[in-house]
Amino acid sequence: MAEGRRTIVQWLLGGGFTASIASFVYPALRFMIPPSIPEASVNEVPAGKVTDLKVNAGKIVKFGSRPALLVRVSETEFKAVSAVCTHLNCTVQYQDASHQIWCACHNALYDVNGKVLSGPPPAPLEEFAVRVRGDEVVISKRA
Amino acid sequence: MIAPGAKAGIAGWLEERLGLSAIREFASHKTVPVHSATVWYYFGGITLFLFIIQVLTGMLLLLYYRPTPAEAYESVQFIVTRVEFGWLVRSVHSWSANLMILAAFIHMFSVVFLHAYRKPRELAWLSGLALLGLAMAFGFSGYLLPWNKVSYFATKVGTDMAASVPVIGEALARFLRGGDEVGGATLTRFFGFHVAVLPGITTMLLVVHLALVQKAGMSTPPWLAADKIRSMKFFPNFFLRELMAWYAALGVLGSLAALFPWDLGEKADPFASAPAGIRPEWYFLAPFYTLKLVPAHVWKFEGELVGLLGFALLAVFWVLLPFWGVTKEGMVRTRWVTGAGVALLSYLVTFSLMGYFK
Repeated sequence: MAEGRRTIVQWLLGGGFTASIASFVYPALRFMIPPSIPEASVNEVPAGKVTDLKVNAGKIVKFGSRPALLVRVSETEFKAVSAVCTHLNCTVQYQDASHQIWCACHNALYDVNGKVLSGPPPAPLEEFAVRVRGDEVVISKRA
Repeated sequence: MIAPGAKAGIAGWLEERLGLSAIREFASHKTVPVHSATVWYYFGGITLFLFIIQVLTGMLLLLYYRPTPAEAYESVQFIVTRVEFGWLVRSVHSWSANLMILAAFIHMFSVVFLHAYRKPRELAWLSGLALLGLAMAFGFSGYLLPWNKVSYFATKVGTDMAASVPVIGEALARFLRGGDEVGGATLTRFFGFHVAVLPGITTMLLVVHLALVQKAGMSTPPWLAADKIRSMKFFPNFFLRELMAWYAALGVLGSLAALFPWDLGEKADPFASAPAGIRPEWYFLAPFYTLKLVPAHVWKFEGELVGLLGFALLAVFWVLLPFWGVTKEGMVRTRWVTGAGVALLSYLVTFSLMGYFK
């Protein structure tokens, strides 16, 4: 009987001790997980003046917290795609000689619409809508 | 469940490589004296425990803290408002820092009043005082890191005090500030001191201090006859009691941190006036209030310089306690040392209270 009571007391003490230590360890573990920070969703950004970009040239512009690639295909036509390679997140660039978008990290090739031409990317680059408002080029997400 | 054979196998494997039986053998012979003042033996261990808490919570805070004037305050604000349990982790770090210094002071005064500094423990006394100095340097450097108004001006005052040291003062202040003024360079520097330089030196000195205490064994008060002192085994008797003391300290720390979360204050503004009621951490209050009382000029000298000189003399006197507190024949001057201890303790308590309330 005394043995049984002792076991109960030992369990209570042990359980209480473990719980109190856990009350310190648990917050420490939770603390290590970074909180999710909601980003202001960006749907449209100004990408500079029409005259800033020559024909058959591209430039990286900030689209929210991620880069986008704006390409001037002709005097009147612009294309814009996400500049984040769908393979491993590298930032792509426009190659004027081949009129293609190239990712230097693993030699991926896309056309100016973001379609995969060769290399390891599993998906095309997200395509954005481009409008010219006055003398300014505006990039926006497609509906 | 591990089979007994496998358990013995693992123990044997570890024994061959680590020689744990020698440590067990050593621990089984170590004893701790039991007398009316045994309770004071726990405070060194509690100080060590709180230091461990500081290291652990400091590592957690490093996951989010950013040491630049533009981001420091915001990153601490982010920790306390956005990160899960961030307020608690920061509060535990701040409370533990203060409790650690309090425990170190109690440990130091218990060593004085029990005359544990005497031969052959002079080096343990000196290394202990150096550790207390390092703990205060931790406090001073960590105080600036949230980059709030109070900490900014406290650092201005503190580094300005360093500048008034004769000959090397200006160079010392420049070294501390990383420039002529307290600014971004100071914050980066203090961060470096706080998380790299001071922990490195402290860890090394702590090992030395513990080894010295281990070498000399636990001291007993000189008025107790050596043959009449009982003792208990260090392991497991004292060890388990020490663990319970640590557990109690953890309880006090957790309660204080949860019930009285540490305030963040307002962000520092180098072009704003110092806020009313500004004062340093409690362990700097006594010198802070003393310097308030010293007149602008004492004879031909600047009052601040005289005050600092007084502190320096007091520090030297205190550091040399094991040497002036014992006669050539090895007898402890108990009355002198106890008197000096009471005087210093009274000064620290009285002036800290006046610094706090006035």
